[in-house]
Amino acid sequence: MSTKKWFGLALVVLALLALPLVLTSVGTAWVRITNLAILFVFLALGLNIVVGMAGLLDLGYIAFFAVGAYVYALLASPHFGLHLPFWIILPLGALFAGMAGAILGAPTLRLRGDYLAIVTLGFGEIVRIFMNNLSQPFNITNGPKGITLIDGLNVAGMNFTATHTLFGIPFTGPAKYYYVLLILLTLVIVVNLRLQKSRIGRAWVAIREDELAAKAAGINTRNMKLLAFAMGASFGGTAGGMFAAMQGFVSPESFILHESILVLAMVVLGGMGNVWGVLAGAMLLSFVPEFLRYTVEPVQQMLFGKLLVDPEVLRMLIFGGALVLTMRFRPAGLWPESRHKLEMNEEK
Amino acid sequence: MSGEVLLEARNIGKRFGGVQALKDVSLTIRAREIYGLIGPNGAGKTTFFNVMTGLYPRDGGEVLFGGVPLELGTPYLVAQAGIARTFQNIRLFGNMTAIENVMVGRHVRTHVGVFGAILRTPGQRAEEAAIRRRADELLHYVGISHRANDLARNLSYGDQRRLEIARALATEPQLLALDEPAAGMNATETVALRKLIEGLRADGLTVLLIEHDVKLVMGLCDRVAVLDYGEKIAEDVPGVVQKDPKVIEAYLGAGGD
Amino acid sequence: MEIFAQQIINGLTAGSVYALVALGYTMVYGIIQLINFAHGEVVMIGGMVALTVITTLVGMGLPLPPIVLVLAGIIAAIPICMAIGYLLERAAYRPLRHAPRLAPLITAIGMSIVLQQVALLIWGRDPKAFPQIMENQSFAIGGASITSVQIAIILMSVVIMAALTWFVYRTRFGIAIRATAEDVRVAALMGVDANRTIAATFVIGAGLAAVAGVMYGTYYGITHYTMGFMLGLKAFSAAVLGGIGNLAGAMLGGILLGLVEALGAGYIGEFTDLCRWPLVDGLLVERCANGGNVVLFGSNYQDVFAFMVLILVLVFRPSGLLGERVSERA
Repeated sequence: MSTKKWFGLALVVLALLALPLVLTSVGTAWVRITNLAILFVFLALGLNIVVGMAGLLDLGYIAFFAVGAYVYALLASPHFGLHLPFWIILPLGALFAGMAGAILGAPTLRLRGDYLAIVTLGFGEIVRIFMNNLSQPFNITNGPKGITLIDGLNVAGMNFTATHTLFGIPFTGPAKYYYVLLILLTLVIVVNLRLQKSRIGRAWVAIREDELAAKAAGINTRNMKLLAFAMGASFGGTAGGMFAAMQGFVSPESFILHESILVLAMVVLGGMGNVWGVLAGAMLLSFVPEFLRYTVEPVQQMLFGKLLVDPEVLRMLIFGGALVLTMRFRPAGLWPESRHKLEMNEEK
Repeated sequence: MSGEVLLEARNIGKRFGGVQALKDVSLTIRAREIYGLIGPNGAGKTTFFNVMTGLYPRDGGEVLFGGVPLELGTPYLVAQAGIARTFQNIRLFGNMTAIENVMVGRHVRTHVGVFGAILRTPGQRAEEAAIRRRADELLHYVGISHRANDLARNLSYGDQRRLEIARALATEPQLLALDEPAAGMNATETVALRKLIEGLRADGLTVLLIEHDVKLVMGLCDRVAVLDYGEKIAEDVPGVVQKDPKVIEAYLGAGGD
Repeated sequence: MEIFAQQIINGLTAGSVYALVALGYTMVYGIIQLINFAHGEVVMIGGMVALTVITTLVGMGLPLPPIVLVLAGIIAAIPICMAIGYLLERAAYRPLRHAPRLAPLITAIGMSIVLQQVALLIWGRDPKAFPQIMENQSFAIGGASITSVQIAIILMSVVIMAALTWFVYRTRFGIAIRATAEDVRVAALMGVDANRTIAATFVIGAGLAAVAGVMYGTYYGITHYTMGFMLGLKAFSAAVLGGIGNLAGAMLGGILLGLVEALGAGYIGEFTDLCRWPLVDGLLVERCANGGNVVLFGSNYQDVFAFMVLILVLVFRPSGLLGERVSERA
């Protein structure tokens, strides 16, 4: 990289580090909103491995997020009286989610891709049914009421729920989560980029492009697909664990189909397979609902004197519409993957 | 020309619903030979190919490769054993660059897994460099190194055929199976292809060729087998096969070729 | 035994609805190999339209017999659903017919969401009760009872399925549909207008969906903008169970799934009652005392059965009961 590029990168990093301090001064709510946005970007990049690289349509991605969240919630809350440290349960959640992915993927991945789509769609609902009903006869999930008072992160004796002052600057709980999320986000970006330019990533893209030819070229397509699927799922599980820690509360309501669609729309809109495209698409779709929340109501009140379309409906219409319109007019997304450029940079 | 036996197909059978596409087909391919498989349309050539390279499960018989039975129905194991193929209607990874297509072919001979890739271990970097180097050499070998960084779908027809061969070669096959490589090529391209195939043999490879272009087959192959209605009706050196009355009848009966 | 007979009747009724919806999935899949995720939403809209029409007619206070009201609902729902089916194919799927496989699938899920939200805008977020217009007479058979609505649903779907079978196997247009499903290019060479045939498949499927929507509404007495989702998922599972692409398979699969679900829901509570099993009984003495029970999975897991069936079919017989093959084209 040239010095100019290094300089640019340093600026971006600095801006990202300063962001929560700026946002806190506007209102802590904005830091929370940003945190959730980052979490969804993380999810989108996890799903990008599955849908974008390997070309496997996973319509129940949020279920793996739910698995991670519940693993965390059950092992670090008064519900069972367990309070295991996060560095055990976060990976454990990822592991469980990955295993759920492998179990679900194994029977379907040898068949045509469409079956995977419908099975994952069904799985998403099933997980919710179980979360809702596993309060009887033994109370495991506490049913629709969900699990409350989940432990926050606790790194080196620093409790994330409290505010700490460092160099005279107050760091609120959400601000600290922001930094943890930023580290995780960097991690998932690095994983995406490195896999993309590896033997494994090439095998995935080959399967996406032409599965039969990939088989003939010596790729064990079934194992490779299973790997992509389970990996994506474990990223979902990690995000779920973070979600539980951040919110301190989980309930089945947070894991509905619409959330899976949202994450898929992020990947598709930005450009399947392209890390930076997915990143941009996810940012865009994360902030759109917030934007709508603050504009839709007042504008309608002003124009019609009453609320005709509530922001939630508009949000879903945008996500659904984004899927349809992107496929129709820009199938490679707003920021398409350019393997051509990728290779050119490599050599220079 | 006659080396030891490399591939031996024994009584291969294949049905599609009520159609017997292959019926007890047996043939032997010797090491370093260019072996032609011809026959009228619908004779079962491509089906035989697909069975032999593991894409279709067979309904009977077995294939010995270097004396060891092949795991038919599991294409990647067939590739691992040392058989690589191309497709009649070229199947490349369109949105990958030419060199990436070839690099995919190295998959079966390389090992680094997910963690190696994520951590960029020294082993991974060395392997990745070796993959790239070998892919580069192969592009040179088939003569399209100048298109290395172009997307496969943007290559010309002839270059796509060459790229597909390079990808097949990347799996380090002992036997290269080409499904109608000259289809759609003009005369100059066909001559170049012929040179390429002869070069491959000179470098120690065995070639199995399905071809419609009888002239190319007769000029290039050491031995030829003829399929008709899923059965082998002749197998010999080109000169003899050409005069075989059964072969002549099969071709004339099918409307000539 | 009474539970058994009753659940068979309930299963047949639900199964008839599943079968009609499954036919739409299987016809579309058979012809263009697409899972039309939005199909469940078409069913939902059918139910909603009928509900609106019936409620309006009832509100006008005309002395119409109930059967006329329901028929009016069906007659209104069919053309609207058909129009939606046609628009789906025309505007969303047709432009993508030669795109990579992922594209139409993603479009389908997108359309499903869009239709759901549009329904939400029109009919609101709350479940809507179907007006109780019919005096739901019950008839006793073998200890169980069957209602007139159930009889109507079962009879009607039998008639519709027979008519569809006649249409597909005996008419020119039906033959065109089957030919296109077999091989689009060859059918086109034989003079079949592929676009028209594919559009017709969507329209027919949507028509069946409309009827199914009305049946569902009258049977369960309720409609909701999200009802198409689970119903669609189940119907698709039914289609896979019967063998996707196969008409008879969809009918059989639908009925079977209805039965499995009804019997499953009827008996799972009993079977997973830990107090029934001597081995665990000892551990739960207190809770099992005085005829108490510890039911692991009750009938609230009913929706899980369809999914289990789907997974089991995919593992053990991916081609379904009546299907022939599920192979990639080489």
